[in-house]
Amino acid sequence: MTEKISKKDTAIYPLLQQFLFLLGVVALWQLLYFVGVDVLDIWKPYAMPSPAGVWKSLVRLVESGTLLAAIGNSLLRGMIGFLISVAAGMLLGFLMEHFRFLHQNMRPFVMGVQTLPSVCWVPFSILWFGLSEQAIIFVVVMGSAFSIAIATDNAIRNVPPIYKKAALTMGATQQQVYRKVILHACLPELISGLKQGWSFAWRALMSGEVMTTCIGLGQTLITGRNLADINQVMLVMIVIVLVGILIDQLFFRSLERSIHKKRGLS
Amino acid sequence: MSLQLKNVTKTFHDSGQDAVRNVNLEIKDGEFVCVVGKSGCGKSTLLNLIAGLEKPTSGEIQMDGSPITGPGSDRVVMFQDHALFPWLNVIQNVKFGMELAGIPKKEQEEKAMKYLRLMQLEEYRDYAVHQLSGGMRQRVALARALTLDSRILLMDEPFSALDKQTSNRLRAELQEIWMKTRRTIFFITHSVEEAVYLADRVIVLANGPDSVQDIVPIELERPRHVYDESFVEYRRQILDEVQREPEK
Repeated sequence: MTEKISKKDTAIYPLLQQFLFLLGVVALWQLLYFVGVDVLDIWKPYAMPSPAGVWKSLVRLVESGTLLAAIGNSLLRGMIGFLISVAAGMLLGFLMEHFRFLHQNMRPFVMGVQTLPSVCWVPFSILWFGLSEQAIIFVVVMGSAFSIAIATDNAIRNVPPIYKKAALTMGATQQQVYRKVILHACLPELISGLKQGWSFAWRALMSGEVMTTCIGLGQTLITGRNLADINQVMLVMIVIVLVGILIDQLFFRSLERSIHKKRGLS
Repeated sequence: MSLQLKNVTKTFHDSGQDAVRNVNLEIKDGEFVCVVGKSGCGKSTLLNLIAGLEKPTSGEIQMDGSPITGPGSDRVVMFQDHALFPWLNVIQNVKFGMELAGIPKKEQEEKAMKYLRLMQLEEYRDYAVHQLSGGMRQRVALARALTLDSRILLMDEPFSALDKQTSNRLRAELQEIWMKTRRTIFFITHSVEEAVYLADRVIVLANGPDSVQDIVPIELERPRHVYDESFVEYRRQILDEVQREPEK
């Protein structure tokens, strides 16, 4: 009986602890603002955000519908860009795995391009597409497709050879080996790769959005700067983090967890 | 008809695999052949050659008179590591080979259950692979291999990763199954006891100009018992041969 209670406690406790910690950080932040801005006058109010100010921004942007529209637009754009990246990246990754020539000669090139910060694609995309949706999506795709390609190549390459051997000696054709073995065997690593690809896509999206004038979180961030409203800037940054975490947890983590549980991979 | 190896040699340039040299061997239908030898003598290489996973450097391997060009379901392999697929459950794993061959679903089900029953695993049909013990996994792997009715069953130290009790139980089960089905089996082991227990003929491999050092027919009635005087005698004789050559 006592064991049951303590087990329950341990499930709730870390969450509660995290919440209290967060609350402490916010309280400290408000205190810092109070001391630094109101009492000592070290910082100007327009240069220092405060929890209360961020809250007011939140209420204002939610009531006007701006925030929701920005989140919706950014998510949609991010998803479109990410899906294109997944299709293109996985195809490229598969080709690099399958053809020795591409693996030897193209992979180093792809890895090099992958290290390029996505913001570097912005000038290119604006010259090609103007200040448009396509320009942002181009930046997203360039920011994440190459990492997905590398991850796909690795995921297939890391399939234990014994699975292939087992299938071949049971009479599998090359095509059956890919469809019935490799596709399934590489799934856990592939999903980790896609998860990483999403985080690259989300970052690239913001690089693209701050450069153009389409409605979205990045644009709302820039509007905050233009209005010298540091609370709005802070609010949007927090929202960007939260949406990123939400997609990661809701989609990728739960997918990962279910696959790992089914296969007994801790 | 049978499996024939003619002057088969396989050498490797760089990888850590072991070479085999000048192997001449014929395995008849329904025969149980065991291969023993020190590690490094090329036991697994020989199995991979027959499986078609490796190609001989020189010489030829023929199945019923036609040369082997690659892996195929007429020479199913059972590995030391069960090689079951973790994304499939027990029954799906057992059906895997039949599914590749496009056998009708109903027949797949019947045959899979038949072999799961033979292995006393029918209650575990819907279990995930990771929920099974090591011995159970190997029995599922054996069931999967048996469903394909291959011309020869190649077994690469299938019980050596298990604890002694489990491996003894499994080899007794394998003996029973072999007595019932008379499948042709090519079985690699590092345990001379296991070889004498199971085989019609024991092939002793060694590092030398000819990989096959000796072939010992085991003329004992089945089921065999490890403490019989003649069993112990065979065991001693083969052990001496295996150890004659100094460690590489």
